[in-house]
Amino acid sequence: MAHHIVPLNTNLKTLGALVFLTVLTVGTAKYIHLGGAGNLILAMAIACTKAGIVLSWFMHLKYDGLMNRVIALCGLAFLALFIGFSYIDLFFRTTPI
Amino acid sequence: MSTASYDKKEQAAHHFKDLNQQHDAGKEGVWLFMATEIMMFGGLFVGYFIYRFMFPDTYMAGGDSLNWYLGAFNTLVLLLSSFTMAQAVTETMKGNNQKAYKLIVVTTLCAFAFMVVKYFEYTAKIDHGLFPGFDMWNAQSAIEYANNHLRSDAGFTLALPAAGETLGAGQVDGSSLKLFFVLYFCMTGLHGLHITIGIGLMFWLMKRLKNNEFGPKYYTAVEGVGLYWHIVDVIWIFLFPLMYLI
Repeated sequence: MAHHIVPLNTNLKTLGALVFLTVLTVGTAKYIHLGGAGNLILAMAIACTKAGIVLSWFMHLKYDGLMNRVIALCGLAFLALFIGFSYIDLFFRTTPI
Repeated sequence: MSTASYDKKEQAAHHFKDLNQQHDAGKEGVWLFMATEIMMFGGLFVGYFIYRFMFPDTYMAGGDSLNWYLGAFNTLVLLLSSFTMAQAVTETMKGNNQKAYKLIVVTTLCAFAFMVVKYFEYTAKIDHGLFPGFDMWNAQSAIEYANNHLRSDAGFTLALPAAGETLGAGQVDGSSLKLFFVLYFCMTGLHGLHITIGIGLMFWLMKRLKNNEFGPKYYTAVEGVGLYWHIVDVIWIFLFPLMYLI
């Protein structure tokens, strides 16, 4: 595996993007009311973007080999299954919980 | 601990072919651990999502009774610590153990700052009867606290109807507020435990960096703790909006 050294500049830009998205999360949650689950979905979309940035740049997955990417994606895929099937159950129940 | 009889910076342990293979194997192990971390916290997040779906109003009220200024401050502190951690890995890979040492010190200070803020948040909640355990939960005081901190345009208040009583207009059954705080304390508590373990790992790194133990070909320990620290940050990235904001 190539030992890619991430320069200071890239780390600073990553931090800047994450701080910007944090401000965006607070701003949208506090001042924009979408109604229903709108704010939850928007906040989760921003959080997923932030997590993607941390995984790619701070955790070096962008520069890493296929093996570690597959391991990370497996963890996330099983979590997605877990959440997905739980919501299928919640949405399509015919009897109230 | 016994002293190694070979130069770790130049030579791999005997069961590895070379330093590259040793590094890849170690890092892959840390990534497998990260996948289990994602799934462990994932279970708690699924619990949160299910109960939020069932009691959306109570969860909104629960979130509003947390202090989001402190949550946002802690988010920024953790982001900064992630940056100093990433930069420490960069400096270690360049062979600058002493620069990396200073960056790890800053990361540790951020971790302590996070835990101090968490301490004040927890004690404030416990004082208002919002701790769901050890007979410390005070249902009346908790509902009152949540109603006092509810956003102005919520359009409802929480109430605890006695058996046989019905809810008044604009009132929502607040009995599941306790469940919100169970999840809040479990999730942020498990996360705080990870931060505390992280602090321990930082001290281990500081000791080894101080002794110039790492070099451009041997830095897996710093990188591995880095990965752990970043996943802890990722978990907080999700906890912050879910608990404090929405």
